[in-house]
Amino acid sequence: MSEAVANPAPAIDALRIEHLEVSYQVGRHERKVVSDVSLAIRRGECYGLVGESGCGKSTVAFAAIRYLARNGRVSGGRIWVGGRDLWSLPARQLRRLRTRSVAMVYQDPGRALNPSMRIGRQMAEVFEVAEGLAGRAALERASHMLARVQIASPERVLHNYPHELSGGMQQRVVIAMALSMRPELLILDEPTTGLDATVEAEVLDLIAHLHADLGNSILFISHNLPVVARMCDRVGVLYAGELVEEGPAADVFGDPRHPYTVGLLRCMPSYGMSKNDGRLETIPGFLPAPGTISGRCVYADRCANATERCRVEAPPPVDLGGRIARCFYPERAPDLPRQGVAVPLRGAAQASTPEAQAVKPNDGPLLRTRNLSKTYRIAGRPLRAVHEVTLELWPGETLGLVGESGSGKSSLAKLLLGLASPDAGSQVELRGETLPASADDRTQEQLKALQMVFQNPGSALNRSQTVRRLLARSLRLTRLEGAAREARLEELAASVRLTLEHLDEKPRRLSGGLKQRVGIARAFAGGPRVVVCDEPTSALDVSVQSAILNLLVDLQAQEHVGYIFISHDLNVVHYLSDRIAVLYLGRLMEMGPADRVFSGPHHPYTEALLSANPSLTDADAPRIHLSGELPNALNLPSGCVFHTRCPRKLGSICEREEPPLAEAVPGHAIRCHIPADLLGRTVLRNNHNN
Amino acid sequence: MSILTAALHASRAVARSRARERWQAALRSKTLLAGVTILGFWIVCALWGARLAPLDPYADDLLATLAAPSAAHWFGTDQLGRDIFSRVIVGARDILIVAPLATLLGTVLGTALGLALGYLRGVVDDVTSRVIEAVQALPLVIVALMALAAVGTSDLTVVLVIGFVFTPLIARTVRSAVLVETELDYVAAARLRGDGTLAIMFVEILPNVLPIAVVEMTVRLGYAIFFVASLSFLGFGIQPPSADWGIAIAENYSLVGSYWWTVLFDAAATASLVVGVNLVADGLAGVFDT
Repeated sequence: MSEAVANPAPAIDALRIEHLEVSYQVGRHERKVVSDVSLAIRRGECYGLVGESGCGKSTVAFAAIRYLARNGRVSGGRIWVGGRDLWSLPARQLRRLRTRSVAMVYQDPGRALNPSMRIGRQMAEVFEVAEGLAGRAALERASHMLARVQIASPERVLHNYPHELSGGMQQRVVIAMALSMRPELLILDEPTTGLDATVEAEVLDLIAHLHADLGNSILFISHNLPVVARMCDRVGVLYAGELVEEGPAADVFGDPRHPYTVGLLRCMPSYGMSKNDGRLETIPGFLPAPGTISGRCVYADRCANATERCRVEAPPPVDLGGRIARCFYPERAPDLPRQGVAVPLRGAAQASTPEAQAVKPNDGPLLRTRNLSKTYRIAGRPLRAVHEVTLELWPGETLGLVGESGSGKSSLAKLLLGLASPDAGSQVELRGETLPASADDRTQEQLKALQMVFQNPGSALNRSQTVRRLLARSLRLTRLEGAAREARLEELAASVRLTLEHLDEKPRRLSGGLKQRVGIARAFAGGPRVVVCDEPTSALDVSVQSAILNLLVDLQAQEHVGYIFISHDLNVVHYLSDRIAVLYLGRLMEMGPADRVFSGPHHPYTEALLSANPSLTDADAPRIHLSGELPNALNLPSGCVFHTRCPRKLGSICEREEPPLAEAVPGHAIRCHIPADLLGRTVLRNNHNN
Repeated sequence: MSILTAALHASRAVARSRARERWQAALRSKTLLAGVTILGFWIVCALWGARLAPLDPYADDLLATLAAPSAAHWFGTDQLGRDIFSRVIVGARDILIVAPLATLLGTVLGTALGLALGYLRGVVDDVTSRVIEAVQALPLVIVALMALAAVGTSDLTVVLVIGFVFTPLIARTVRSAVLVETELDYVAAARLRGDGTLAIMFVEILPNVLPIAVVEMTVRLGYAIFFVASLSFLGFGIQPPSADWGIAIAENYSLVGSYWWTVLFDAAATASLVVGVNLVADGLAGVFDT
């Protein structure tokens, strides 16, 4: 920003925002959600805007194209797009600006496309409106644009309806439409958030490639710091509607100067970090409600570096030479006190993995599946969601399940819990005892032993019940009565760090993190032996995620439960898991100790997943690309199901024969025709946060 | 923990202010206000009609039959010389007993049926849903007339017949709401702690679909009033000698050419009650949506 102020000619900036303030009318109150945000995006620059949900990222983007919700209002500041003062533009010129100079891509491509129109028609419309082209000419331009976003057969895609395309293809189409007028400024609002890691990596590569090619400016909005680190030249960090830090991406992520940025970066489990290395950092407290803090630092309540001055005076943006931080003490940020510095967990947390088994030879596995399969019938055709999965879970152990959407992770979880019935011949055993297929037929003891933490705490908690009632209903499994049950309930709440006051609230009054704590308390109500966690933190912000992960680790250490932990975030899976199983199209492709699955030798699919995993430090590492799309589960490839996308396909053997899940070393099995010693290895990057 | 507590208080304050905002929205809603005023007026008439009526609604005056509206008889008199204004006021009573009871019966049965169909699904749901569609294809007044002709007419049978006719309609609305709820994870969580089918349906799901059932009930109440008035008009609803708007219209509609006041005020009363109830329904739906 400092340069922007020094430079009196805003025309050179693709987007320039000065002292922006945006308020929303909520009921009778006006809430200021963005205050005093100033930033400038130079021509050809990719600028990242990061922050947790509710920080005002999208509001800034919408204000930049003058497209706020009806109850939103810019209450101060000015915005220039390509040198034009946005708020003084008459309606016609604004329309022209929106068609030609600025384009926006939203998070959900499925909702950005009209479901009842063929892709060709939708794309041609852009050229008809903007350039007056018609019919054949417009379609040809559309086809040309699709080729530019690396769609292999544009002619076919032009004839498709949006629902016939995968999420990644849809997002390519949306990007093609956004770029078709060669806008000076492209706004990308969480463009890859709904996509799988391998698809995300591809779309990001595409965006980077087009950016280099077209040289337009990009405003890239994301909550995902590694993605922003990879894509952007400069970044701005938003917190509670204020730009708290801004600077070159490498500086901000490598040497952050605002305590919030420091906290955010420390919250994320880094690549290769494990629960045995110590607890994750958290940011204490909560994001303040918008517009409730003024006249002091918005972050003071959560900041370990805060002094009396921070609470009575709002810090101005401090120029640190090419970067700014809105903090009185930017030089102290790197020394922000840590909370639980690498305290290794007590021995109790150590899992009795097969290696540790020698110590307790009598203990069999807690949970074991044999040939677990699930076939759905779609219009008479079989859809194999889960195919012959055989695995074991040991007491106190975490087995991580990874794979893209459609890999059968959630179906597998449902089978274990008895929420879906498996095919004949499948078997689920709990401590050697075969479980009935349906939860409805299981005994109280069996139900108590196997519980679940759901992905979306909003849907998993009954909104009409108070937390107390909700937990009490789950405590009925314990057969405790009266005062004893009451005591257990309060103990349970305390164990997930809920206060007594939370107990009398209904779920909608709790934040996402608190709701997930209630969901965890419910799963632990009956003293379970196995808890299945289905993406328990994917709906949460990073700072909340770390607190929930710490809680799960603590509870595991106390109760010695086994976790089946499903997540698409590899760093999170690695942090929590002792062993990792990789699923592809319902089949186990690889299973072994977490470190070995990460370091290799690993299955080519695992290798691709790891390579797609965005990292803060290795932003420029070479990536392995998976060609093509996840095959249709109704029409599985012959032989090895991965051969259609495998970068290391040997030849016809992969198309003819399904490889066995063979042990490379004891405890580490890989389903591949390539011998283990020729499979890929990844050097464990040791980059524990700063 | 103090930060937790502070945040909780803040979120509580937000929730409380949301409840207050909803209440204020209800007070601000002109639709709801108008509806409540009209409905309230007729409820007062139904409760204390006999005392409010200026004249005895049942007293004949053979010297003043078919008198036009005047200072003595504001709405005129009917063929027997009875004061129409008093009869309109008293006439609110029976319809405001029969129609709400019938609606309530339909809502209770319909909600239970909708819960069962939406949660259990399967063959029973398929068959019942087709039957419901078949019932909906028939004109409901005809169905009700046939039923009443078979079992005989009384206030009780009218309540039962309208209640049963409404049951599948309400069941359909509730069923679709239950289908959405069943997919939510809290239902899976209830199964995982061994809750029975009835407990899941009535303890877990019912409270969450209740607002939908309530809005549906107010909408149906408007239909029920119209329904009862139609049946009375046809002679199958409320029975004479009770003062009733539908009966009065039936008795006098042949006179409407020369003695318009014998029909107009009863018709207007019926219409205003239906409109009032519908305004309340719209207003409530709007407030629930905010």
